Amino acid sequence: MDQSPSITETPHQSVTFAAGLRLDCGRTLASVTMAYRSYGTLNAAGSNAILICHALTGDQYVAEPNPETGKPGWWEIMVGPGKPVDTDLYFVICANVLGGCMGSTGPRSPHEDNPDQPWGTDFPQVTIQDMVRAQKLLVDHFGIAKLFAVIGGSMGGMQVLAWAALYPEMVFAAVPVATASYHSAQNIAFHEIGRQAIAADPYFYAGHYWREGMRPERGLAVARMTAHITYVSEEALTRKFGRKLQNAEGLSALGDQFAVESYLQYQGSSFVQRFDANAYLTITRAMDLFDLAADHGGVLSRAFKGTRTRFLLVSFSSDWLFPTAQSRAIARALNHVAANVSFVEVQSDKGHDAFLLDEPDFHQTLRGFLAGCAEHAGLA
Amino acid sequence: MSGPRKIRVDLALIAQLVAPDSRVLDIGCADGTLIEHLFRAKNCDARGVEIDMREVQRAVTHGLPVMQGDADTELVNYPDNAFDYVILSRTLQAVEKPREVLAQMLRIGTHAIVSFPNFGHWSLRLQLLFKGRMPMTAGWNRMWFETPNIHPCTIDDFFALCEVDGYIVEDWLAADEQGARTPWRRSRHLANLFGEQGLFLLRKA
Repeated sequence: MDQSPSITETPHQSVTFAAGLRLDCGRTLASVTMAYRSYGTLNAAGSNAILICHALTGDQYVAEPNPETGKPGWWEIMVGPGKPVDTDLYFVICANVLGGCMGSTGPRSPHEDNPDQPWGTDFPQVTIQDMVRAQKLLVDHFGIAKLFAVIGGSMGGMQVLAWAALYPEMVFAAVPVATASYHSAQNIAFHEIGRQAIAADPYFYAGHYWREGMRPERGLAVARMTAHITYVSEEALTRKFGRKLQNAEGLSALGDQFAVESYLQYQGSSFVQRFDANAYLTITRAMDLFDLAADHGGVLSRAFKGTRTRFLLVSFSSDWLFPTAQSRAIARALNHVAANVSFVEVQSDKGHDAFLLDEPDFHQTLRGFLAGCAEHAGLA
Repeated sequence: MSGPRKIRVDLALIAQLVAPDSRVLDIGCADGTLIEHLFRAKNCDARGVEIDMREVQRAVTHGLPVMQGDADTELVNYPDNAFDYVILSRTLQAVEKPREVLAQMLRIGTHAIVSFPNFGHWSLRLQLLFKGRMPMTAGWNRMWFETPNIHPCTIDDFFALCEVDGYIVEDWLAADEQGARTPWRRSRHLANLFGEQGLFLLRKA
């Protein structure tokens, strides 16, 4: 992979909140920019808004081609006219997370004290809750008093849970998908491999790679490759690649001989073109820090005490990164406070990534859940 | 979702026991027909628990609040008196610990509605008496080695359990196989002989 100068800046639609934001770490960002996309039309009562929360490496381009990669939106299969999250019915907002690198305030934004330089590793460590507070600024900006639904998978699901815990009166329905109320030791361990790979890249320069006109692409690519393995199931990898060789001339000690190797290398190299290494460090750490129960005396149900939000929890049978047991634990915590909760495990062999893929059972479940909620909310 | 539709006669009988505007948990709710009926016809906040994931998916896809779970293990997670009615229809005989499930139902709900196939029905008694084999009927239609109905009981047995555990039987009736009301109300013993199913409305003493 060639080392090339910093990522070209694409303009993103955004709002800047000059009042800033106080973070969980105790520091305050003097101003916060939130890059976002919206689809559909907000009704007169402002009651049909759905907030989509993206995962670790996602962005705000949920239902349209990503301007930096030209690839389809990451959840076009789910969000759009006539889709399960129907933009003919709902006003859909998706914002780049705080700490991200697609236009929202993050490590690549100008440093407060030295605007000629990016924050880099000086960017304050944000939490999932900080991301949610920043999203609330945007929701308030739209004049939306109550979101009809907040939906997200993986890290997006963590944000959904944080929304339901922080602003229960603002969330009519919550759909945390393939997620957990805390990041497990195994998940933290995989993230740490990725972070170490980035830190070990000679072009990382202790996080100041932009000064050298460099990027730690190899390290970031290895981080992505490791993470990618955790997103798929053993079964899916076997079905897709098995032990297929990339060329038939037999094995040599080096080179991408197995098809799965070249696939992973492609995943790594395409990722570094669109993602900032410091943002990756910041966001993975935010996920690691997430533990909703710990914020409530170690008892998860306390996070949802008195909630009137309608919940739909979805897990996938072959997801070993955020296994069904994690979703069930959340469902049980919600039962403890007699919350209105639906819980479905979708049969799939596609692993954690299943939530992004063509899983008709999941799509029909979400569509039906939203329709039921719309009726209760007086939208239907 | 459409307006109220006709439901199975046994579910209609259960629905009659539920007061309007109440909070209901239906355990073993299958595709959620009863909770939808209770929502539409009686404005209840009705939810379901179902062990079969296909049924759960069908219910949620229909817009109904149902979670996948097992009656034997999930009820402990709910707080005391979370519901006005907790319903267990044609399932008590299939759970692992019927007595514990019943106790949990009356902990998390002020009322419990329970229906079960009556093992004291005359046809079962006769089959056992004359054939000496485990009875087979429309309701008891699986061989002993594969039946999920591991805890059969009679209507009299159930009365006895309620007495021992201190539950007040607010209402009860015997029903035929389809779940329709039968005329054996006046006598427990006649009901125990001629009723194919027992249906009980219980509350704590």
